Amino acid sequence: MNDGSSMASVANGSTPVPVLRIEPSRGWVSLKLRELWEYRELLYFLTWRDIKVRYKQSVLGVSWAIIQPFVSMVVFTVFFGKLANLGPEGVPYPIWNYAAMVVWTYFAFALTQSSNSLVTSSALLKKIYFPRLVVPIAATLSGLVDFFIAMAVLIPMMLFYGYAPTLNTLWLIPLILLTFVTAFGVGLWFSALNVQFRDVKHGVPFLVQIWFFATPIVYSATDRITDPKWLAIYSLNPMVGVSEGFRWALLGLEPHPGPMILVSAVVSATIFVGGLFYFRRMEKTFADVV
Amino acid sequence: MSDLAVRVEHLGKEYHIGAVQTERYRTLRDQVARSVAAPFRRASKLLRGQATGAAELDETIWALRDVSFDVPRGQVLGIIGHNGAGKSTLLKILSRITEPSEGFVEIHGRVGCLLEVGTGFHPELTGRENVYLNGAILGMTRARINEAFDEIVEFSGVEKFIDTPVKHYSSGMGLRLAFAVAAHLDPEILIVDEVLAVGDAAFQQKCLGKMGEVAEAGRTVLLVSHNMSAITRLCERAILLANGEMVASGDPEAVISTYLGESTLDSSWNQTEDEAAPRGRESVFQSIRVLDGRSQSTALVPFDEGFQVEVTYELPRPVRDLVIVVAVFNHRGEVVCVTWDTDSTDLAGKVREAGLHTSTCRFPSSFLKPGRYLISTVAHIPKVQILERRLQAVAFEVSPVGYPFEVTREGLVTPMLQWTVDSSRAQADALPR
Repeated sequence: MNDGSSMASVANGSTPVPVLRIEPSRGWVSLKLRELWEYRELLYFLTWRDIKVRYKQSVLGVSWAIIQPFVSMVVFTVFFGKLANLGPEGVPYPIWNYAAMVVWTYFAFALTQSSNSLVTSSALLKKIYFPRLVVPIAATLSGLVDFFIAMAVLIPMMLFYGYAPTLNTLWLIPLILLTFVTAFGVGLWFSALNVQFRDVKHGVPFLVQIWFFATPIVYSATDRITDPKWLAIYSLNPMVGVSEGFRWALLGLEPHPGPMILVSAVVSATIFVGGLFYFRRMEKTFADVV
Repeated sequence: MSDLAVRVEHLGKEYHIGAVQTERYRTLRDQVARSVAAPFRRASKLLRGQATGAAELDETIWALRDVSFDVPRGQVLGIIGHNGAGKSTLLKILSRITEPSEGFVEIHGRVGCLLEVGTGFHPELTGRENVYLNGAILGMTRARINEAFDEIVEFSGVEKFIDTPVKHYSSGMGLRLAFAVAAHLDPEILIVDEVLAVGDAAFQQKCLGKMGEVAEAGRTVLLVSHNMSAITRLCERAILLANGEMVASGDPEAVISTYLGESTLDSSWNQTEDEAAPRGRESVFQSIRVLDGRSQSTALVPFDEGFQVEVTYELPRPVRDLVIVVAVFNHRGEVVCVTWDTDSTDLAGKVREAGLHTSTCRFPSSFLKPGRYLISTVAHIPKVQILERRLQAVAFEVSPVGYPFEVTREGLVTPMLQWTVDSSRAQADALPR
């Protein structure tokens, strides 16, 4: 590993003085996660800013966090549930859809925000040094508040439709993590690419829309695809595992999505790790190009 | 034990600026083919990790080349140079915003950077919230901001509005708050770029005072400024950059005079020697010169002597209402004064015949502050036509010879004015003995 800069401590009398060496880096560079940890307060403040500013000057304020997935659910229930009859057997369409919609809304938001994050923060990039990873992480994190608010609506809905939380509900935690890692991983690639090519900015909304239809949110996939081989291929889309996993954890729907989640997790981890290194490699050009 | 704060060795930074287009697209088909192929070419470059900002990136420039210097602990170093000399690039490398292309920098100690005040201020957040956000961006811990919060607010002078969103602030208030946060950074090495150009004169004075404090507290400061008086006042040493290279280093006064002297501008301009000057009937101005008291062309005028600006011009035909304007700019590009040759002559509204004319303006002694000045001239018929403009045609310097005032005296000009002090009533109110 050849680093852009490295920290070392040199004894200077009694107090150690940190010595920083700034030099050109070549090729792949280390992730410098320790430095990222040192900048956790900045991460906290940037996330806090994004949350704080989001609903300023809006009348409905934070209710938007609920309105978006909820109204979508109502529309989908009418069109896909009733008219097209794409829903599953034996489960009320609204709760079935909302269970996936709520996590999709977070995913779509986090992906869009993190992809645009570097370009939006160009003023910061050009004027201040900090580990650039902070920017897309903050963008991905800031959507979580909305997500938890929207999740809260799920509790009365479940009670209304007669579903009680079980121990399986705890599986939501790794599933949320999987969603985060997927959105962040893709966001890493896109935010770094967006610095060079603003095409990304125009492409992302389009991609989100296609991705939405490639994920079993408005239609039931497991009713139609039964061959495990095809299900595994289908699960290469990480959001398939998340979506099916959410329904299983909340509503106890079979089949058990374990294998699907596993495939999704592997794909997601690959995107994520690749994204991290790609991002770090491109990082040195950000301030010059953005 | 090392007493070095910053060590810069053979530092260079190369920028890709994109090649000048080598061949023009000849046909639409070519163009379409190229635009189709371009994204793939770029993508392949990108995946190899090459910086690609433009389609073809063979053309590069060195914004900085082979710069080496050391800064001992506690020194205040001034960095000067014309725009584009590489000052900002140097600071950006020192503050780790961008990577060098060659050489290295060693920094001993915590660094605080002020390349621009108010970076990261969000208009929707209140002053209080912005203090915390900006502090975090500048690398302060929350504990440190809590500790300094009252001082920051007091320094900025916006106490009353601290819980108002910053978007309702005047630009001056926002800047003051931003500088106040920055001024409470507590690094061992401070890198500063032109923050002194913020706010009104009183606030600038406050900022300079703060910088002086920082310097006196034994901090190492690297300061980039166009304000030469700030450099002489604050810095123990200065370096001069020109075209990305370090051309002088040492005593600030000496470096500044090198800087002022290296300008390509002359104290006289002559149409026949200027290849860029327009030819034929377009050309009105023949020569522009600065003359001393003995009518000799000069580039250096002592403060306590008067001087003249002589403009020679040729009119191709008789011109009614012609006015020759002389404008004096200081080294920061501020207009010091503008004067018309019809101000004190009876030429206004009259016709000037075709042929050669000379308009001379006499400037009084003890008027322009010591420093470098530029002169622009215009020949125009007010509100009708501009015959010719020569912007920053000549340069000259007012030397501090015979300058009786404090160097720090403010003002665009420092004229010696007539004062009278009447003390005749002092006797009456005096205490009886």
